[in-house]
Amino acid sequence: MGAIVIIGTVLDPSWFDMARLPTLVAAIISVLVVLYTTFHKRSRQRFKLREIAGLKAVEEAIGRATEMGRPLLFTPGWGGDIQRPTTIASMNILSHVARKTAQYDCRLVYPTHDPVIMTVAQEVVREACVQAGFPDRYNANDIFYVSSSQFGYAAAVEGLISRTKPASVFLLGTFEAESLILAETANINGSIQIAGTDSTIQLSFFIVACDYVLIGEELFAASGYLSGDRSILASVRAQDILKVMLAIIMIIATLWVTVDPSSSWWRF
Amino acid sequence: MNRRIAQIVCFAFGALLFALYFSQHPAARKLNATVMIDYWQIIFAITLLVGVLGFVRMTWGSIRKGDDRPYRIVSLIGLGSMPVLAIIWGIRGDSPFMWMFEYVLVPMQSTVFALLAFFVASASFRGFRARSAPAAVLLAAAILTLLSRSSLEGIVPQFFTEAADWVRGNPSMAARRAILIGIGLGSLTTSLRVILGIERTWLGGEK
Repeated sequence: MGAIVIIGTVLDPSWFDMARLPTLVAAIISVLVVLYTTFHKRSRQRFKLREIAGLKAVEEAIGRATEMGRPLLFTPGWGGDIQRPTTIASMNILSHVARKTAQYDCRLVYPTHDPVIMTVAQEVVREACVQAGFPDRYNANDIFYVSSSQFGYAAAVEGLISRTKPASVFLLGTFEAESLILAETANINGSIQIAGTDSTIQLSFFIVACDYVLIGEELFAASGYLSGDRSILASVRAQDILKVMLAIIMIIATLWVTVDPSSSWWRF
Repeated sequence: MNRRIAQIVCFAFGALLFALYFSQHPAARKLNATVMIDYWQIIFAITLLVGVLGFVRMTWGSIRKGDDRPYRIVSLIGLGSMPVLAIIWGIRGDSPFMWMFEYVLVPMQSTVFALLAFFVASASFRGFRARSAPAAVLLAAAILTLLSRSSLEGIVPQFFTEAADWVRGNPSMAARRAILIGIGLGSLTTSLRVILGIERTWLGGEK
């Protein structure tokens, strides 16, 4: 009876949009792949991860800031909010960085344009300090809301970098036109810059201006890479499996349309 | 226990919004809009107040310690004056609030944006150096694009423009799309990790 209700619901045009059926199928397959790689024992066995220079540099950046006695600045950019997966990925890296800075007693400064991100970041950093065993090293004043205005935010962070001269700057999140302003300011002030964004346009600026750049999915793999958590690393493997599947589909579609130019099944 | 409740709520809303995406029933659309727009506005309004109060507290603390005191004072004056102007005289086109917006805030923003040109120049000078083969290719592509976009149509051969268009339309676009696929898959798996409770950093703890 339940199955009949579900089928009836799916077929009822007012309840289910048939135009989105391909998306639903793709989503279900993706979920199954992630679940398999995450929870299946054999799938969680050791597998090789290629080295990512930007993530290897995280330790170096934190160590440099500690040795120089200068702060470390981390900011998520202006273009995203907490709903964005990129911001979540940025928070994952922030957690790792915060734990290390707490251990090394290095100041971590986190300006943001979004008050929601601010509250989440405060919780992440506070918990990281607790996990590191130094809860007293958490300072809420170092994680603050700046401005919702793009260039108000850019000016504030630029000024902050110029005045505090952080030894290392992390630019990880969704960035827009402010990306190069911040990256160049950090460079002028002699900071190591580690950057990553989901905006391909701004990515080119980061590549030119920054010391290390996380390209594409590297930003999303950072959490598992830094923490070594097998559950999270498994999803990186899921991404690879999905890439192979996509590549196969694209090859088939390309060959199919070459033979049958009028076909359109692949346009979904 | 609090985190467990948050995880359950996250999973419930994730599953709900996922299901609502595939429905075109008016009730489903309305519920989707309520969650995505109304709830978000409420959350943002509350956290905005928290953010502003935090900013004031931090700024006032800096003023008392003498850190960047002039800048901090200007910040607080600006923060306080705009809502006061809006409340007293409104936000019509001829109001003091709009005057401040158009003749103070907009020029300041434009000034910061204008800095971008100089930063582009300095970054290009540093980045576009033929120190290696890949860097040389990057430099050549940059020069090609620059010339094709310049106003030297009578001097630059047509071949340059066509070559630049090819570079932008084929290898550059192919690379960009590959990166976009990676970002899309990364976003998908990150979202699933959050919804399924595998990723808990946003709750303040990884485990």
